[in-house]
Amino acid sequence: MLDKNGIARRIAKELKDGYFVNLGIGIPTLVANYIPEGIEVEFQSENGVLGMGPFPYEGEEDADIINAGKQTITTMPGASFFDSATSFNMIRGQHVDLTILGAMEVSESGDIANWKIPGKMVKGMGGAMDLVASAENIIVAMMHTNKAGASKLLKKCSLPLTGVHCVKKVVTNLALLEITDNGFVLLERAPGISVEDIKEATEGNLIIKGEIPEMIFD
Amino acid sequence: MIRKTVSNVTEALQGVKDNMTLMLGGFGLCGIPENAIAQLVKLNIKGLTCISNNAGVDDFGLGLLLQQRQIKKMVSSYVGENDEFERQMLSGELDVELIPQGTLAERCKAAQGGFPAFYTPAGYGTEVAEGKETREFNGKMYVLEHAFEADFAFVKAWKGDEAGNLIFKGTARNFNPCMCGAAKITVAEVEELVPAGTLDPDHIHIPGIFVQRIFEGEQYEKRIEQRTVRKRE
Repeated sequence: MLDKNGIARRIAKELKDGYFVNLGIGIPTLVANYIPEGIEVEFQSENGVLGMGPFPYEGEEDADIINAGKQTITTMPGASFFDSATSFNMIRGQHVDLTILGAMEVSESGDIANWKIPGKMVKGMGGAMDLVASAENIIVAMMHTNKAGASKLLKKCSLPLTGVHCVKKVVTNLALLEITDNGFVLLERAPGISVEDIKEATEGNLIIKGEIPEMIFD
Repeated sequence: MIRKTVSNVTEALQGVKDNMTLMLGGFGLCGIPENAIAQLVKLNIKGLTCISNNAGVDDFGLGLLLQQRQIKKMVSSYVGENDEFERQMLSGELDVELIPQGTLAERCKAAQGGFPAFYTPAGYGTEVAEGKETREFNGKMYVLEHAFEADFAFVKAWKGDEAGNLIFKGTARNFNPCMCGAAKITVAEVEELVPAGTLDPDHIHIPGIFVQRIFEGEQYEKRIEQRTVRKRE
């Protein structure tokens, strides 16, 4: 089984040289720690920075330079700042190659729910609806089941939707899955996890073709 | 040169009245018009509709207006870093309209640029699109969203000149340029106000035509919401 860092490490293998990438908060943020050697990617934060770097050294924080999680950050050589409309033009206009975000539920048709639980305090969708409505390539990082043990990979989302028919891949603590017109195609198993384990934890249609390899980490 | 300078925050906020709709720049606490907010608190103007990406924290930013129950309605993309906000929202005292962040930015830009409405894919198939016109373009579905209408826009820039030209710094830029000229009156506050001719015209982010009043803020706290650092090796 993978932990949060393991999920981030597996997603990082999906990065390609020259990609512009938007990382959501939570597990997606960890992906930045596992960029494969020999490739260059640039991280976009929707509050208005492209070319995001690591956190600043103590004493070098600048209140005017933050990421979408409101954390103080630094910038890399070649970075740029821009206004919110320009930022979402990058996203809506599909100039950002890959969006990685967390989810509460994903459906077998690629719908995603990650912003609202009825009856609980609603904080808002932030940029998530713009991101999922426009990104060409969306990878969801999440646990396979919720805290009560119920599957988060469903036939149909039960929570209010963030976007429809948009998620391309899902990486969970148990598996890597691709979403096709027919449902979740199982591509890889997490270390120590069997196909049976994954079947049991998946409510949506799971497609298993041939031998399913275990994930390989360098 | 057409002068836009006003002498202080009191003059800058002249004409702001109860029940008006205001735009306020900033993302979280980054790049918020601190001096205008302080003056709104002082004037105790009530019944406000505030268009702002966030609603501040309990004791800073728009949270200060919430404390005095000055806000009737918030139009934001992400809220709730704020206990008082949650209390007022759950008790029904505060009306909240949540909209996607890119849509929020573009509704400002539409108002700035004279577009009555535009189509965006954001929110299609979700409750955000309920009751709104949708339309297909090239096989993809879009939602019709309208330009905002606001009485005042309060924005914050790093530097500005007497002509109202503005330069922003870092991610404090965010919604501020989008809101300039998007309301009937745009009030810009800056950390440093310089004489016209000092700023290189090539470096201006927002031309002064979009700004009606400009003043130098008395002070800026620039509070950090999430201080994150790494250790030196």
